[in-house]
Amino acid sequence: MAKVGLDGHDRGVKVVARALRDAGYEVIYTGLRQTPEMVVEAALQEDAQVIGLSLHSGAHMTLFPAVVEELEKRGATDIVVFGGGIIPEEDIVELKRTGVSEIFTPGTPLQDIVQWLDHRFPN
Amino acid sequence: MAPERRIAPERDLAAEFRAGNVRGLARAITLVEQRDPSVRHLLESLADRIRRPYVLGFTGAPGTGKSTLVDGVVRLLRGRDFSVAVIAVDPNSPYSGGAILGDRIRMQRHALDPRVFIRSMGARGHLGGVSVASREAIRLMGAFGFDFVLLETVGVGQSELEVAAIADTTLVVLTPGLGDGVQMIKAGIMEIADVFVVNKADLPGAQRTVQEIRNMLNMGPKQAWRPQIIQTVASSGDGLDDLYEAVERHRTHQEASGEARAQEEARLKDEAADLVAEWARGEARRLLDSDPPLARRLLEDRTPYAAAEEMLRQRGGSLVPEAARAEG
Amino acid sequence: MTVRYSAEAGETWRKEYEASAKRDDGVETTTLSGMEVEPLYTSAQVEDIPEELPGQYPYTRGIHATGYRGRLWTMRQFSGFATAEQTNRRYHYLLKNGQTGLSVAFDMPTLMGQDSDAPTSRGEIGHCGVAIDSLADMETLFDGIPLGEVSTSMTINSPAAVLLAMYLAVAEKQGLQFAQVSGTLQNDILKEFIAQKEFIFPPEPSMRLVVDSIQYCAREVPRWNTVSISGYHIREAGSTAAQELAFTLADGFAYVDACIERGMKVDEFAPRLSFFFDSHMDFFEEIAKFRAARRIWARRMRERYGAQDERSWKLRFHTQTAGVSLTAQQPELNVARTALEGLAAVLGGTQSLHTNAMDEVLGLPTDKAARVALRTQQLIAYETGVVNTVDPLGGSYFVEDLTRRMEEEAEAYFERIDSYGGVIPAIEAGFMQKEIADAAFRHQTELEQKRRVMIGVNGFTAGNEEDQLEILRIPRELEQEQVERVREVRRGRVAKRADRALDEIRKAAASPSENLMPHILEAVRAYCTEGEIMGAMVDVFGLYTEKAII
Repeated sequence: MAKVGLDGHDRGVKVVARALRDAGYEVIYTGLRQTPEMVVEAALQEDAQVIGLSLHSGAHMTLFPAVVEELEKRGATDIVVFGGGIIPEEDIVELKRTGVSEIFTPGTPLQDIVQWLDHRFPN
Repeated sequence: MAPERRIAPERDLAAEFRAGNVRGLARAITLVEQRDPSVRHLLESLADRIRRPYVLGFTGAPGTGKSTLVDGVVRLLRGRDFSVAVIAVDPNSPYSGGAILGDRIRMQRHALDPRVFIRSMGARGHLGGVSVASREAIRLMGAFGFDFVLLETVGVGQSELEVAAIADTTLVVLTPGLGDGVQMIKAGIMEIADVFVVNKADLPGAQRTVQEIRNMLNMGPKQAWRPQIIQTVASSGDGLDDLYEAVERHRTHQEASGEARAQEEARLKDEAADLVAEWARGEARRLLDSDPPLARRLLEDRTPYAAAEEMLRQRGGSLVPEAARAEG
Repeated sequence: MTVRYSAEAGETWRKEYEASAKRDDGVETTTLSGMEVEPLYTSAQVEDIPEELPGQYPYTRGIHATGYRGRLWTMRQFSGFATAEQTNRRYHYLLKNGQTGLSVAFDMPTLMGQDSDAPTSRGEIGHCGVAIDSLADMETLFDGIPLGEVSTSMTINSPAAVLLAMYLAVAEKQGLQFAQVSGTLQNDILKEFIAQKEFIFPPEPSMRLVVDSIQYCAREVPRWNTVSISGYHIREAGSTAAQELAFTLADGFAYVDACIERGMKVDEFAPRLSFFFDSHMDFFEEIAKFRAARRIWARRMRERYGAQDERSWKLRFHTQTAGVSLTAQQPELNVARTALEGLAAVLGGTQSLHTNAMDEVLGLPTDKAARVALRTQQLIAYETGVVNTVDPLGGSYFVEDLTRRMEEEAEAYFERIDSYGGVIPAIEAGFMQKEIADAAFRHQTELEQKRRVMIGVNGFTAGNEEDQLEILRIPRELEQEQVERVREVRRGRVAKRADRALDEIRKAAASPSENLMPHILEAVRAYCTEGEIMGAMVDVFGLYTEKAII
């Protein structure tokens, strides 16, 4: 789980991390101010299967696709990317087109996120 | 449910290792964490590359600045052109089995250095804790080419002893003003430390802490290696050169005295014995569940002894997991 | 407040209450922060609370005898986006529509001390505020706005001293004396470590810079509020109201301690410390919080710090309605939420107020949404009549009891913080961060269990699918424009003067007894960029990485 870009509002990413831990997931929290390169490098070293991105500053259209692009560059397109934060509907469509699997908008129940992951990784 | 790994064919991983692909190392470590027996074949196919990196174990109570210290040591080692792997161990939730691992955060500056590899591990709380996965991870990191492995754990439960058993040099990290001084330190810690690091040495009470450690060492039995006491301020890098020198002195001493060899032998024996127990336990379970006559016998006896002996004596071969068996 | 009903009457009520059917919807009857709420409050709960008057120590009922009969609160809408030019236009628009003070929102690179052409600024320019790279941008931002007549609040923290210097330099160019300039600088670095995470340097040099700015302004810019000690961000990060109150005031005391340690007399600087609170949805809890804040501050300043100037005792605050209470679903409802939260702030006696726009969960406010938000304040001021008497809820059994309980909870927190050795050790131990993370998770759990309701999110969701609001977009080209602009500024300035100024900053930073402000001012006048000035200080102070508390 990563805060990518300069934005430091971490309430959401921490609450989601806790919910995932309580659901039995192992969550690597990378902290704030991650560049796309740092996020992907961490995911590779930790052998993560999923990357969760959080952003509230409006820079998602640049930074989320940059993470997907970096995964492609490193030959790791099997890693699933999802995100959350202040992201308008129209942007969600575009983000999915570039390779982000899902965006969870404000108000999404934590259980929805857990279930989405459980569904993608049934074992 | 947390995602479970599918088993990757070991040949791919060996190739990735040889190509220096970090993903291969990361995946192999996952297999080790999941106690996948096929890791044996991976390691045997990399036999020519097996070399033990020098392992520094860092242990100490929370709040002593261990992560910052480890970060500083990584920097120092990189400055001397060594490649470094870090294993940062954090406890798992005993309820859900999940974990939030956040130790990487203190090591941001190395995030993109290809000669630094940082792996978070949830200490799974059951038998073995730190040691089981770490030992094999260390072996893999060595095979991949890392010169040093820094093993960092939270000082709770048995983990300090486990670290000491795995590490070549064990560093116990303290800070001044920890409660009633060094008396607060758990029994056993004083015995395992090769180097004492008094971190945050710029705080008042540092000298007193150093003196208290010295007193305790004086009271204890005489050892061949007298543990060094180093003062550091990890946040500014002060004292790290001294720390490195202390480690080097310890390393030289261990090699010259033959202790290093003795410990390597002890470690391998520990590992082999633990492996027998682990393999046998898992397979015994399987046998008991799948073999009705055996299970029936157990129920008739109402004690485990005969069933256990039968499994060991007559069915010994079946107690090696299939995926781990030597080929041919 | 004497008990005037008979014991029998009390008994009768209790029996009747217990015997009657109760609402059974599973929703908590505690305050949003978890404080118990009795079904009935009477004089019996508040018998021992002394009655106060407004404008009199300890100011529970307000710091002015006149309340809003004297003067309304300042309607100060936080605003800023894209380039200085566009924000300047929005400022003129708001002033024309009756806004009475300016409030600047900066973009992420500016907040984080980065120039627009830094690699980390990619994708971040102009999205959550205005991009300010140098004095040139600042001049454009305030073009046509007389700084001698309008007061400005600037929401910026780690680089606050730099932006203050830029503002002063603009005033200078308008022919003003620093003494004529008025406004507020957020400049509250402690809450960055606790909640908002926009820190750059480690705590010690960060505090030094804050004290430098307070000391400088005490002498040179006497009408300037040097710090806006903030609870808003702490609350938005998930804290309870009591935690917001306690951590904010504790931060305030920490700044007072730091200034006294520097050698200043408390009355020299305390009158210019100000506060910034959240106004959330639990109506009465918020009102109690504001009243308790005044009382606690006054007592400490007089009794513990020995302040003698009554301006040092009087807590002045700005309020913003709670961003986290807004929903993306059925966003028109946010107008109602904001109105109620704004009303709570007014009934709590705020000196200045920002009301959120309805579309802020989705992006920056459009012109229309911004106007509606402003009009909401005007509605409270001119249509409701609540401004016609001072502290109208004073004497309310419920509110007085809740005020007292808030104060008690805050005092308990002060003790816990003291047990760590003060605010900074408590921050380094992660104490506040853990309280906040736990409260945030608790709240989310309550929502998911429907023990708390957010309309459109976990209840009353019919209507969610209807048309989405129009969203303000920052065109991508603006990013490149701003990048060009900062490069041009660097090309066009006198290189020697700029380089020397940056050197002087490094020297002053390395010397703890030097006040950095004059050096920062010189660099600003020389058209050094914000990134360069902050970079010079990073060279000396280093960067800070937090320990994550989840």
